[in-house]
Amino acid sequence: MLQIKNIHASIEGKEILKGINLKVNAGEVHAIMGPNGSGKSTLAQVLAGRQEYEVTKGEVIYNNKDLLSLSPEDRAREGIFLAFQYPIEIPGVSNTNLLKTALNEIRKYNGQEELDAMEFLALLKSKMKLVEMDQSLLNRAVNEGFSGGEKKRNEILQMAVLEPKLAILDETDSGLDIDALRIVASGVNKLRSEDRAIIVVTHYQRLLNYIVPDFVHVLYNGRIVKSGTKELALELEEKGYDWLKDQKELVMN
Amino acid sequence: MGHDVDIRDWYISRFKDFENSLNGESLKPIHMLRKEAIEGFAKLNFPTTRDEEWRFTNISPILRFNFKPSLKIKKITKSTVEKFLFKELNCHLLVFINGHFAKEFSRTNNLPKGVVAGNINREISNGSELVGRHLGKYANHKEQIFTALSTAFTKDGAFIYVPDDKIIEEPIHILFITDTNGEQLLTQPRNLYIAGKNSQVTILEHYASVNEGLYFTNVVTEVVAGENSIVDHIKLQEESVKSFHISRTEIDQERSSNFASHSISLGGEITRNDFNSRFNGQGGECTLNGLYLLNGNQLYDTHTMIDHANPYCNSHEHYKGILDGQSRGVFNGKIMVRRDAQKTNAFQENNNIILSSDALVNTKPQLEIFADDVKCSHGATIGQLDADSMFYLKARGIGEEKARTILIHAFASDVVRTVKIEALRNYFEKILNDRFNK
Repeated sequence: MLQIKNIHASIEGKEILKGINLKVNAGEVHAIMGPNGSGKSTLAQVLAGRQEYEVTKGEVIYNNKDLLSLSPEDRAREGIFLAFQYPIEIPGVSNTNLLKTALNEIRKYNGQEELDAMEFLALLKSKMKLVEMDQSLLNRAVNEGFSGGEKKRNEILQMAVLEPKLAILDETDSGLDIDALRIVASGVNKLRSEDRAIIVVTHYQRLLNYIVPDFVHVLYNGRIVKSGTKELALELEEKGYDWLKDQKELVMN
Repeated sequence: MGHDVDIRDWYISRFKDFENSLNGESLKPIHMLRKEAIEGFAKLNFPTTRDEEWRFTNISPILRFNFKPSLKIKKITKSTVEKFLFKELNCHLLVFINGHFAKEFSRTNNLPKGVVAGNINREISNGSELVGRHLGKYANHKEQIFTALSTAFTKDGAFIYVPDDKIIEEPIHILFITDTNGEQLLTQPRNLYIAGKNSQVTILEHYASVNEGLYFTNVVTEVVAGENSIVDHIKLQEESVKSFHISRTEIDQERSSNFASHSISLGGEITRNDFNSRFNGQGGECTLNGLYLLNGNQLYDTHTMIDHANPYCNSHEHYKGILDGQSRGVFNGKIMVRRDAQKTNAFQENNNIILSSDALVNTKPQLEIFADDVKCSHGATIGQLDADSMFYLKARGIGEEKARTILIHAFASDVVRTVKIEALRNYFEKILNDRFNK
């Protein structure tokens, strides 16, 4: 589904990603871990099409398309979903409205009929159960005055409604208490399917107890320095990221 | 400078024509006021950008034309008038064409007993005591040349009187239509609204033009909000982009009165909107909100002054601008909290979104606080559509144009959603859609 080939990306002239290679197949869950500043979020943003990041080298093939040539909105319409690390507050735009507009824009692009208000509300209701979200949050402005947990749940709700092919969760677990984390993880797990791939970007191993990945990659200083199965995450948890630093130096030397 | 003098002389010489057109009316006491005003006008100078109050608003384009004071009504068809009405809105209606009352299009049935909603010319002719008592008492013509010009040519405008304890449920829609037919006209509506003790009224002041003519509207409006009255005011300006519009609204607020104004404007070539409110008793509440949508070479200037002369009064001010092209916005919000005005709450905010690289905003809060137990705040922002929000919407599959429209709507919604009349909120939404949802 997704093939990242030797991606280099920089922001304001500073290189953050220094040659990332990654292959993700449908049905797989990949976790990308790494210390602060290793480039995890940059990778997520680059895949979603944030223009501030300049891709200087490499390519990304997504379902046989050159992903980097697509606009952010077309990437979303092609089935890519980024759950933001820091979901944006948009005063004056109702949560429901945003979701309905987004869903219909995506459907239109894919030649499907747009949903009317009734159909949409029925769909929304069923998806809300997934993330145990309160009805009142729907009528409020997007993320405005939401708690940290509510914002993250809202991201998962959006994902549930938009039904992406490839979901990228950027530190969706950060700042969540254990109850919220369970709700978010269970929402994600319910969305796992054979034709959907999920990339979980996280700083902490904790989330991976709830969303069990097929593969774990460790990002350090703009490169994937180690890949493995879920045991790698445990090893990281135990030894910390400093252990990697030594590994990395070993590799370099 | 020489040209300013010429244009002043031009208006002075037009005053003679005006006097002649008045016939017997020039014998009424109000004519003394007119004459005093024209004498004052002759001594005043048109403001330049050297005047602090006009620093960013160069009115010299207005002085380039010899606008002819509109002395008579123009015939227009019913269907032309209907174009400017709001179908979903049940209201009383006063229609003015080129500044003159058009009785045949107006409709003021079912008003509570004692309420007057009509034209001020009729009141003047009848020797109304209320007009004598209030006209020109709040908008002083001695210092402001445009007010002097208005006062000198006082002829017609809207007059609303709501006696004590009367409540008018339906809004009064005052429609000022300008149809120049190629003439460079000066129309000068002179409005007076008086709300008695415990009364309530909603007034929509609506300026529109039949065609994209070049003309000059110079409005002076005086509002008396009596004790414990509620006056809800909406000003909608959707005129020719070539027109000039200078407007001054003076509000006299008595004890515990509540005045709210929403000024929604699509601008003209040059627009200047002054809103000045004064709390004459304690416990008053004043809301001044506004939204301006500018494009091309338009210049739009809002000057407000809220005079907290008494304690326990609240004022809220929120003006928002969306500017495109080479348009320019000016906002100057003055709040005066006098020494005795303890427990004042005064909040002011001016936010602007600039959609092009050439648009410009000058914004200036001006708080003068002489009391010590008060809460006052002000804020001003000038920026572009938020890039993070744009990306967030796009990352959800929403395209550039639509994302822009959504964010502009969201920006404007603070002001639009506080308009109490649903039909107008819908109309303002439509204005936003027409402009940004292409």
